[in-house]
Amino acid sequence: MTTTSHAQQARGRGRRGTAAALGAVGALVLTGCGGADAGGTPTLTWYINPDAGGQAELAQQCTEQSGGRYRIETSLLPRDAASQREQLARRLAAGDSSMDIMSLDPPFIPELAEPGFLAAPPQEVVDATTQDVLDGPLEGARWNDELVTIPFWANTQLLWYRESVAEAAGLDMDRPVTWQQIMDAARRQDKYLGVQGTQGESMTVWVNGLVKSAGGEIIENPEAPADEISVGLDSEAGRQAAEIVGTIGRDGLGGPGLPTSDENASMIQFQSEQGSFMVNWPFIYAATAAAVEDGTVEASVYEDIGWALWPRVDADTPSAPPLGGINLGVGATSEHQDLAWEAVECIVQPENQAHYFVTNGNPAASEAAYEDPEVREAYPMYATIRESLDQAAPRPQTPFYNEVSTAIQQEWTPPASVTESTPRNTAEFIEAVLRGDRLL
Amino acid sequence: MSTVANPNAPGTETTAGQRPPSGRRSAGPVLSDRARSERKLGWMLAGPAFVIMLLVTMYPILQALYDSMFSFRLTAPDEKSFVFLGNYATVLTDPVFLRDLWVTVLITIITVLVELVLGFALALVMNNAIRNTRGLLRTAILVPYGIITVVSAFAWFYAFDITTGYVNNWFSWVPGIGPDFNWFSSQWPALFVIMASEIWKTTPFISLLLLSGLAQVPSEYTEAAKVDGATWWQRMSRVILPNMKAAIMVAVVFRALDAFRIFDNIFIMTQGQYGTETLSLLAYRTSIGRLEIGLGSAVSVILFVCVLLIAFIAIKVFKVDLAGSGKGR
Repeated sequence: MTTTSHAQQARGRGRRGTAAALGAVGALVLTGCGGADAGGTPTLTWYINPDAGGQAELAQQCTEQSGGRYRIETSLLPRDAASQREQLARRLAAGDSSMDIMSLDPPFIPELAEPGFLAAPPQEVVDATTQDVLDGPLEGARWNDELVTIPFWANTQLLWYRESVAEAAGLDMDRPVTWQQIMDAARRQDKYLGVQGTQGESMTVWVNGLVKSAGGEIIENPEAPADEISVGLDSEAGRQAAEIVGTIGRDGLGGPGLPTSDENASMIQFQSEQGSFMVNWPFIYAATAAAVEDGTVEASVYEDIGWALWPRVDADTPSAPPLGGINLGVGATSEHQDLAWEAVECIVQPENQAHYFVTNGNPAASEAAYEDPEVREAYPMYATIRESLDQAAPRPQTPFYNEVSTAIQQEWTPPASVTESTPRNTAEFIEAVLRGDRLL
Repeated sequence: MSTVANPNAPGTETTAGQRPPSGRRSAGPVLSDRARSERKLGWMLAGPAFVIMLLVTMYPILQALYDSMFSFRLTAPDEKSFVFLGNYATVLTDPVFLRDLWVTVLITIITVLVELVLGFALALVMNNAIRNTRGLLRTAILVPYGIITVVSAFAWFYAFDITTGYVNNWFSWVPGIGPDFNWFSSQWPALFVIMASEIWKTTPFISLLLLSGLAQVPSEYTEAAKVDGATWWQRMSRVILPNMKAAIMVAVVFRALDAFRIFDNIFIMTQGQYGTETLSLLAYRTSIGRLEIGLGSAVSVILFVCVLLIAFIAIKVFKVDLAGSGKGR
C-alpha cells in the first residue's frame, strides 16, 4: 500500500510538474510570439546600431506619443557596420517577421533593396519626412531612383587639427588646405597625421573620399549587374589617391600604428603629444570632451582642437568629404508595416534629430535641425558640418558594395604597400571577384 | 551488429554454444538469448538518440554539400544557378585559398609541436611533484585552459596592441622591439602573437593528457632500467615514451584537429588581415561576410575533408588508439 501510494503521489507530482512546465512554455509562447502585450498593443522591433542611448530614448518617446497604437522595442546590432549588414541581411533573407524598423548604413542599402527585402515607404511618409533633408543623405536613401529608406541622421568627416601645430606650420586654416600641405606640415613638425589605415570599412571611406575629391569614381556604373560593372580606379584620380595613401604609409606620417589604425585609434593618437591633423567623424569632439571629464585627456588638448573642411587633393577643386549616417528602413516581411512607417515618421522629426545630435553626437540629416540653438551651442562647428554634408560624396551605391569595399581594403593596406600600380590591380581584382573568378 | 546471427533467418543455428555455420553472415561470436535481448534493449534505448545525433550532424553536412554545387548569394535568391563542381574549381585554384591553407597548416604544425614539448615538460613536473603540491600545481597549470578563448584572445590583443599594449615596454631590451613596433601590421609578428596565445591557452590540455599517459607507465619498468644503469635520456626514449605512444598520439590528434580549425584568436586579433587568415576564417568571410552561400559551402566542405584526412591519417597511418584498448601500441 505504502509503495503504491508513494508511486501514486510521485505520479501525481510528475503530472503536476509536467502540467506546470507545459503551462509555462505555453505562456512563454503566447507572450513571446504574439507580438502584442496584454492590452493588444502591437510591438515594433527597431534594430539599432550602438549609440549613447539616443535611439532607445526616441523609441520610448515615440511609444508614448503613439497613444497606445504601438510600442517600440529596440534590439541592438553589432558595433561595426559590416557586422550590422551581415545580421540584417541574414534575418531579412530568412523572412524574419520582426524586421519592423532598421537603422541602416547607406552603402549597404542597395544590396538589401535589390532583392526586395525592404518595404517601399508610402508617399505620404516620404512627403512628411523628406521635405528639408539635405541633398547628400537624400541621395544615399535611394536605389534605382526610388526612395527606399528615410534619412535619420547624416554623417560626414571633417579635418580636425591642433591649432598650435597648424600655427607653427604656418598654415592658414581659414582657407582650404590640401593633403600635400598637411603632409608637409606633419613632416616638418615631426608629428603624426590621423588617418585610418586598417583593413576595414574606414579604408574604403578614405579611398573613396580621395578619389572623389580628385574628380574620379570608384565604380562608374554602380547600378549595372555584377559582370558588367566597370571600375574606374585605374585613372588619374585613382593614382593621385594612391600617391597620397602610399606616401603617408611609406614616410611614416601616420605613425607606427597606421596599419591597424581605425577611427578610435587615430583619435587617441590625435589627442596625444604627436597629434597634428586628422580626418574623422564629428563624434571625436564629444568623445574628447568626455575624455577630459574622465581625466584621461588634458583640457588644453580639447581647447587646442580646430576644424575645417576635408583636405583637397587639387588646390583648385573642392574636396568631396566622406558621407555616412543612418537611414531607417522597414522590412518587407514586417507584420506591422503601416505602424512601422508611422513610427519612422515620429523618429525622424527634425526636433528629434536635433536632440539626438546634441545628446549622441550624430549630425542631423534635416536642415532645420541645424537651426536649433542647442545644436549650435553644443557643436560650434555645426556650420562646417552642414557645409561638409553639402559637399559630401557617397560611397559606390551598388548591391555589390561589400565586394568592392573588401577588395579595396585588401589591396590598399598596409598603406606603405600602396604604389602607382595599386589602383589598376584593385580594378582588375574587383572585376575578377564580381565575375566569380576569384575569392576575396 | 551485422556479424550477429539473425535468430529468425532460415537455416541459421541460434542455440548458444554452437559453432556458427560457415558463411559470411554467421561469422562472429554466437550470443546467448540473454545477451541478444540485452543488446536489443541497448539499441532500443540508445537508438533514438543515435538517430537524432546522426540527423543533427548529417543534415548540415549534406546541406553544405548541396549548397556548394550552386552559385548562390543570399541577397540575390533569384539568381541561384547550378554550377556542379565549379565552386570547388574556383576555390582550389585561388591564391587566397592556397595562402590560407598554408597559414593553417603552419599554425597547426608549429603550435602542436611546441605544445607537445611544453606539455610533456609540464606533465613531468606534475608527475614528479611532491604529493602535497600536486593538486595546487595541476590547478595552476590548468588556469589558461579554463579561460574562454575569446577572452584570452582579447587579453593577448590588448597586451600587444600598439596603442593599449604593454609588451613593447616590457621587452624593449629585445633587439627589434621598441615602442613603435606594431605586432599586428605584418604577417610574421602577427602570426607569432596568434600562435603564442594558442600555445599558452591549450598547452595545459596536452599536458593533462600526457600526464595520464605518464601515470600509466609502470614504475617497475623505469626502476628496472635505472638498476640496469640506463641514463635519464635512455629511460625516457626507450622506456617511458614508447609506453606512452597512445597517449601522445591521442593528444596530437585532438590538438591538431583543434588547431586546424583555429578561428577565435585570429578573428579577435587581426580579423585575418595581413596574411593571417586561415581556412575557418575564409569559410566564415565567404559565407557570412559576403553571403556567398555556394562558394562558402565549398570552402567549408574542403575544410571538413581536411579535418577528416587528418583524423584518417592519424588513426590509420600512425595507428592512434582512440578507444584506449591498447591495440595502437
